[in-house]
Amino acid sequence: MLPIEIRDVTLNYDTPGGKVQGVKDVSFTIAPSEFVCIVGPSGCGKSTLLNIIAGFLKPASGEIRIDGKPVTGQGMDRGVVFQDFAQLFPWRTALGNVSFGLEMKGVPKEEREKIAREQLRLVKLEKFTASYPHHLSGGMQQRVAIARALAYNPAVLLMDEPFAALDALTRDDMQRLLADVWRETRKTVIYVTHNVAEAVYLADRVIVMSPHPGTVKLEVKIPLERPRDPLSAEFVEWQKKLLHHLGHEAGGDDMQTNG
Amino acid sequence: MTPEQTQRRRSIIRGVIAVAALAAFYEGVAYSGLFPRVLLPTIQTIARTLYGMLADGSMFEHAGATLFRVLFGFSLAMTVGVPLGILMARFKPVENFFLPLVSALMPIPSFALVPMFMLWFGIGNTTTVLVVFYGATFPILFNTWSGVRSVNPLWLRAAGAMGADEHKLFWKVIIPGASPFIITGMRQGFLRAWIAVVGAEMIAASDWGLGWVIFDAEQFLQADIMMASIVVIGIIGFVFERVVFGSIERATVQRWGMVRMVKG
Repeated sequence: MLPIEIRDVTLNYDTPGGKVQGVKDVSFTIAPSEFVCIVGPSGCGKSTLLNIIAGFLKPASGEIRIDGKPVTGQGMDRGVVFQDFAQLFPWRTALGNVSFGLEMKGVPKEEREKIAREQLRLVKLEKFTASYPHHLSGGMQQRVAIARALAYNPAVLLMDEPFAALDALTRDDMQRLLADVWRETRKTVIYVTHNVAEAVYLADRVIVMSPHPGTVKLEVKIPLERPRDPLSAEFVEWQKKLLHHLGHEAGGDDMQTNG
Repeated sequence: MTPEQTQRRRSIIRGVIAVAALAAFYEGVAYSGLFPRVLLPTIQTIARTLYGMLADGSMFEHAGATLFRVLFGFSLAMTVGVPLGILMARFKPVENFFLPLVSALMPIPSFALVPMFMLWFGIGNTTTVLVVFYGATFPILFNTWSGVRSVNPLWLRAAGAMGADEHKLFWKVIIPGASPFIITGMRQGFLRAWIAVVGAEMIAASDWGLGWVIFDAEQFLQADIMMASIVVIGIIGFVFERVVFGSIERATVQRWGMVRMVKG
């Protein structure tokens, strides 16, 4: 398990209207096996930052180090889960999707299918190994995506609002499932969301970002015992605290609470 | 019967009704005496002629010659069209070079090239195969090019994050991701090929071929032979469109949910 250092990362976007600052001088560190949520309103650069950590974007200045080694591009030390259900390959079954990373690594067919089956069991989809993505619900597709990102055993899991497009009930189930998966695998997780309740439910630590330009506003440790109860008084208290830091007293326009 | 089978049966029945209606209309005109019987033979006569040509094997020889030319030319078109379409979509310089050529050459009907090709290659298989190749290549190339450009970038990102190199990306993501377009290109290409071959055979083939037999029969006022050959051309085209390409589509892009099923 590897620590991640993010040092003075800055990135500007070229748009038809000129340069727009995406993120500016962002620095923080993530401990091995830590679950970190990055929270902030639209335009705060949280997804941009995740894309830089994933190696999809190059920062204009600053650097990301994973276990001391600078990130120069995509790498199999990181697994990525996107928000869009369409991230799965429609021409592959659930099993085929989950085996993809291992196939790229050159793992023999029998072994990679065994591992893929185990990963699908972890996300409770062992009955759907032979299903194509279009036969699965949105929640199931996202579970396949999580299994796929875990299958080749990366140390870090990067998740970009993976449950944002799901209905509220399914989202609750998925959060519970992800908390279980994390407890079992102890991956380092960086999870981007604009949902405060989600962050309080999942995170060891929450990084709050503010927009224009995207900067880290503050970091909040969530010391609640796991498994967490979203209906408990302390849980609601933490939710309020976080919303307060985000500059919204009781859930503003672009911030969401679960419910 | 499953709902799918019921639906399939219904669509077959509807097809049969449509064809029967057309046949009845034709037969009505043929019997009406508006045209001389020898120029507009009845279905009975056409059927008898067709049966005779099947029985003596000549129709198989004609259809075989045409199919050989079409499949040869179509295979050449696939070998050139698919890789070139992919290269154009992946590499800007390739696109810059070939796109103007494609845009300029695509609208030229392949039939317009037949006399030219005859001067260069004479009468026979070389000319007809090349005309088919010309007609089929552009739809295949054009659709492949569009298909590769419309591959979901998220698939490329996801595959890249999972360690896929350029070679693996090509075979495991781009080709299947572009497959709905590639199959459409094959369908359109085959249709163009089938149209081109009959035209080319009329003037650039000798002794064998469905196009040639129609052209030859005209000189002897054998309208029944012409109609029988036209029927065979239609049937073979239909079989390829519905049975061959239809099954390819059902086994791939339809099964993967990348194109919606046609409700019959």
